[in-house]
Amino acid sequence: MSKQVEWRKGVLRSVRDLTPDIRLFEIEPEGEFVAPTPGSHINVGVQIGERADVRSYSVVGPCTDGLYRIAVKRLPESRGGSLYMWSLVPGAQLSISTPGNHFDLSLGRPEYLLLAGGIGITPIYTMALALAHAGAKFRVLYACRSRQDMALADAMREHVGERLQMFLDEEGARVDHDSEIARLAPGGELYVCGPIGMLEAAKRAWQRSGRPVDQLRFETFGNSGRFATEAFKVKIPRLGMEVEVPPNKTMLETLETAGVAMISDCRRGECGLCALYIIETNGTVDHRDVFFSDEEKAENRKLCTCVSRVAGGDITIDTADRAA
Amino acid sequence: MTEARPFPLNAWYAAAWSHEIKHELAARTICNKDMVLYRRSDGQVTALEDACWHRLLPLSMGHLKGDEVVCGYHGLVFNAAGRCTYMPAQKTINPSACVRAYPVAERHRLVWVWPGDPALADPSKIPDFHWNDGTEWVGEGGTFYSLKCDYRLVIDNLMDLTHETYVHAGSIGDEAITSAPFDVTHTDRTATVTRWMTNIEPPPFWAKQLDRPGEHVDRWQIIYFQAPSTVVGDVGVAVTGTGAPQGDRSQGVNGAFLAAITPETDRSCHYFWNFVRTFRTDDEQLTKDINKAHVNEGKGVYDQDHVVLEAQQVAIDKNPRLPFYNLNIDAGALWARKLIDTMLEAEGGHPVHIPSEAAE
Ligand code: FES
Ligand code: FES
Ligand SMILES: [Fe+2]
Repeated sequence: MSKQVEWRKGVLRSVRDLTPDIRLFEIEPEGEFVAPTPGSHINVGVQIGERADVRSYSVVGPCTDGLYRIAVKRLPESRGGSLYMWSLVPGAQLSISTPGNHFDLSLGRPEYLLLAGGIGITPIYTMALALAHAGAKFRVLYACRSRQDMALADAMREHVGERLQMFLDEEGARVDHDSEIARLAPGGELYVCGPIGMLEAAKRAWQRSGRPVDQLRFETFGNSGRFATEAFKVKIPRLGMEVEVPPNKTMLETLETAGVAMISDCRRGECGLCALYIIETNGTVDHRDVFFSDEEKAENRKLCTCVSRVAGGDITIDTADRAA
Repeated sequence: MTEARPFPLNAWYAAAWSHEIKHELAARTICNKDMVLYRRSDGQVTALEDACWHRLLPLSMGHLKGDEVVCGYHGLVFNAAGRCTYMPAQKTINPSACVRAYPVAERHRLVWVWPGDPALADPSKIPDFHWNDGTEWVGEGGTFYSLKCDYRLVIDNLMDLTHETYVHAGSIGDEAITSAPFDVTHTDRTATVTRWMTNIEPPPFWAKQLDRPGEHVDRWQIIYFQAPSTVVGDVGVAVTGTGAPQGDRSQGVNGAFLAAITPETDRSCHYFWNFVRTFRTDDEQLTKDINKAHVNEGKGVYDQDHVVLEAQQVAIDKNPRLPFYNLNIDAGALWARKLIDTMLEAEGGHPVHIPSEAAE
């Protein structure tokens, strides 16, 4: 179970570009250092325009020297957290949390398969190092667009050698989930962090293999979809409202700002509390959550407003503003 | 989070006797961590965090379904790895839903758990407690669960047996203990107090076991502490002049008191004890009698310690700023505490001192 995190001040000690659009930040927290476990993240207070907000970033590496390292991918069309982070220069004062962990690595399994896509390498890198240190049997499959996007690959290879295998889109390489899973020892576990498409493919292959569901572990950042992030309109006939969701805000945030009463918890597509009914859409619902099953997503009855979006059109939804 | 606490977390602690853990849920608090233990159908023991991920109801209030725990509130199911395998009213499972699974090992007829960093849980670090295996040494033993004192007070008690003279007068107590010199030695994980009382009259308990009326004896107490909290006392008597101090115990009787002391909270502990022996090992009545001599509805020797230890904790709580004063006889206890503090420092905790050491 993840521990309650505490907020404290921190100072940005240094930055270093790992790739043209992934930057490593070294942050020194004030006060006592709470060591992160593999799979941990820290929360960082970000400023988006006038608005203060919070982003979570996976911790990179074991961080035994008292500095938290996080890697942030610059996403110009994103919600603005990454642009804020990229604007920071060493010496900047930050507000950060102690580590939390929604993606715990369990030791002692007969074998591990780690699967990373793009910036999803950050927790996987840390896990690979921990497994190597523990003398565990594991392999890492790391998929990237191109050679220049391979953040942390060289550093990881130093520690894990041939156990790292790269799959580059530009070379047409694809991970064959079924056969990779088939090679995994019985009782072995698969850890996945990457875009939703990769995760869904891995989940389906895992299901086909008949292995126990709990031995597939994954984390999503809830911010990648099958479609590009764009603005879309939301109509709510019940409330006589129409709002526009800009590319840098979620539907949930937009509805909240517009005064629609909403409930939510995880805000990363896991719990399903923010889901609303879809009345109709002339675009495509880009389900970015892991709460609904494939079948439910195909039915398109509801969407998780904290992460999911609409591509190529607008949407009409219904809220729960009624007595019964 | 570094925190002030009196016990290291990166250590194996006894949580139960092996025979106590069956295919049913058993709650234990170990080092302030609530755990639920059960034996799986493959015979292995599982220890999970005893708080449901959903609304924190203790999982020990639920029930087992196969080798999985069903929460007694809304029916979430957790497997032996602590991962949720069922959520009501939804088709998928929230990937964050899990409770902590603690490393567990079974050895020396006890179930040991590791409340700290699981990556460091090496079974080779389980304290040597082979006297409790039930093979060469024989005894029944028992547990004081939730003894209301800091676990270190029990260690103090066992590391200095001069208290026998006063707390256990009439059984194992003897004035000779208070006058005999003793030696304290240590390594980085162990401390040993060695005391020989030569050419004395055996105290009542030992006179009876030795059954050599009229003979004087050499009596030994060799108390061996393994950090953070096990104590084994090699004790016995042999007829004086038969070479026991030089290593020949053939004309004597030898027993060992065993203590695995597990912090429950900062101010309470579980005290797993046994008294084992190598003489008359198939005398079951003797085994029962010895157990009764230790714990017997308030009249056994350990019952006497129990009263003293809890009263001592009450007094400490009432006088938070009063220091302990240490005497020469406390050397064994002080070495034990120093080794505990070293472990605490190594894991970034701050030793909290029950008001002590002020007089050093
Ligand atoms: S708030 Fe949890 S899925 Fe949206
Ligand atoms: S509290 Fe356990 S299922 Fe709700
Ligand atoms: Fe005693």
